[in-house]
Amino acid sequence: MSTLLPDFAEMARALRAGKVSSRELTGDCLARIKRHDSSLNSFISVYPEQALAAADAADKAIASGSAGPLTGIPMAHKDIFCAEGTRTTVGSKMLDNFVSPYDSRVVSGLAAAGMVSVGKTNMDEFAMGSSNETSYFGPVKNPWDLQRSPGGSSGGSAAAVAAGLVPAATGTDTGGSIRQPAALTGLTGLKPTYGRVSRYGMVAFASSLDQAGTLTRSAADAALMLGAMAGFDERDSTCANVPVPDYSATLNDSLQGKTIGVPKEFFDDGLEAGCAQAVQDAIAEYQKLGATVKEVSLPNLAMSVPVYYIVAPAECSSNLSRFDGVRFGYRTESTGDLADMYTRTRSEAFGAEVKRRIMTGAYVLSAGYYDAYYLQAQKVRQLISDDLSRCFAEVDLIIGPTTPTPAFKLGEKMGDPVQMYLNDMYTIAANLAGLPAISVPCGTSQNLPVGLQLIGTQFAEGLLLNCAHQYQQATDWHLRTPEISGGVA
Amino acid sequence: MPLSKQDIDHIARLARLEVAPQEKGDYAEKLSQIIELVEQLGAIDTTGVVPMAHPLDMVQRLRPDSVTETDQRDYLQQNARDTENALYIVPKVIE
Repeated sequence: MSTLLPDFAEMARALRAGKVSSRELTGDCLARIKRHDSSLNSFISVYPEQALAAADAADKAIASGSAGPLTGIPMAHKDIFCAEGTRTTVGSKMLDNFVSPYDSRVVSGLAAAGMVSVGKTNMDEFAMGSSNETSYFGPVKNPWDLQRSPGGSSGGSAAAVAAGLVPAATGTDTGGSIRQPAALTGLTGLKPTYGRVSRYGMVAFASSLDQAGTLTRSAADAALMLGAMAGFDERDSTCANVPVPDYSATLNDSLQGKTIGVPKEFFDDGLEAGCAQAVQDAIAEYQKLGATVKEVSLPNLAMSVPVYYIVAPAECSSNLSRFDGVRFGYRTESTGDLADMYTRTRSEAFGAEVKRRIMTGAYVLSAGYYDAYYLQAQKVRQLISDDLSRCFAEVDLIIGPTTPTPAFKLGEKMGDPVQMYLNDMYTIAANLAGLPAISVPCGTSQNLPVGLQLIGTQFAEGLLLNCAHQYQQATDWHLRTPEISGGVA
Repeated sequence: MPLSKQDIDHIARLARLEVAPQEKGDYAEKLSQIIELVEQLGAIDTTGVVPMAHPLDMVQRLRPDSVTETDQRDYLQQNARDTENALYIVPKVIE
């Protein structure tokens, strides 16, 4: 029996009926990782013993009737979430030797729900990148075409799920790092509202933008996982104290009477023709499902990339100042005074992109430049947020492409940071405004997956998942898999 | 405004980073491209706009100042390269 059942619901049914055990599902994932990951490089760490022990515990819970809908289902965590007693590298030489002293809220929440973690996935260093090429542990390959990038920064999570190595994985999204890789690998990628999921135990990149979420095949799977991840946590001072609804209960709500806004700025010259066609077809599908479509405008959308590349580096330069070689992480072997020790430690252990972002942040915050760069970026951030609020006065959600192109070739954009940054031109606005957004597979271009992005108002994850699920009931793009996976369903 | 190699030295010092002499040109070029990208913001009229520091309309939560953590010093110091008598060891600062 293969783990490649189409969704969690079917796996849970098979587990309860005794047709398969969690140990078998987990063992199958471990075997697939062993067989395929040398060509994908999607994992940094794999923990067979811990995974099988957790699977056995899940099998006991299932036998005793105390299992929930996620009990016994294998998954993987992006290597940015601390998991007690195991290393958390964030894709960096800086934390290559770091052993997490405690569990992040995301790890403990999913473990409490009975999910079985098999290991930690590869990622761009400190989540800074859109191609998974900045990882200290090497680039991840896209299972649809091994010459191409799976996107980033949650590229390992995306490749692992797309290739069928695990049924689901966690990710983090600061400017598109869940949605962009989901789009490029044909998955459903959910970035919740800022503050919906606790950031406790999640290595910080840009604290006013970072949010944890999921990479799954379907919206129904994402609904179940989000339910176990979301909720108030006093250990994260920005975690929202807002009740967590039953996201699965509203998946089948009708889309009759819903109004969907299409920002005209999403369909600019930068959007590849095949992606534009797939997204237009998806919008037509929503009309068939009963939604009303309306053109809206986000006049400041083009400024979201420039705003992001001030705000995110500024916050990163502050967050990453903690890496000094003293309390944890890498320390230089060279001798010198304290300042030399700090400088050499950081210079030897951070990669080029991380250094560029730290330096960009230091520059825009430095004396004489703060008002012109950082303060102006915060003001334009407000204008972008206002544009979105104005749209949401007229529509229930916003729809458009997730990325301007399908998966690009490895190496294609590494020499040009600005070209790489423009990959996130459609995803960043949701992070700046703290809004939830989801990417759903909606077609192909050049035989590669294309993602449709839905953006909602704060804490409207239920509506986003409902709209994504209804689309997935009417289409089968989310069930299409690359050859390497051996086929799903 | 393109950044010079001297600018790179200054910024690297602020960030406690060191850029190798042969890499300075590349850093200057790429950081200049990034600065050129973000300088587009200067053209936007933001008169009267209140800067947005945070996406949620919330105030900082406060809690009573009470002891909630147990002593885990030895456990937490296992991640440090060099400790002695529960202290973190660093190069000598005061002669």
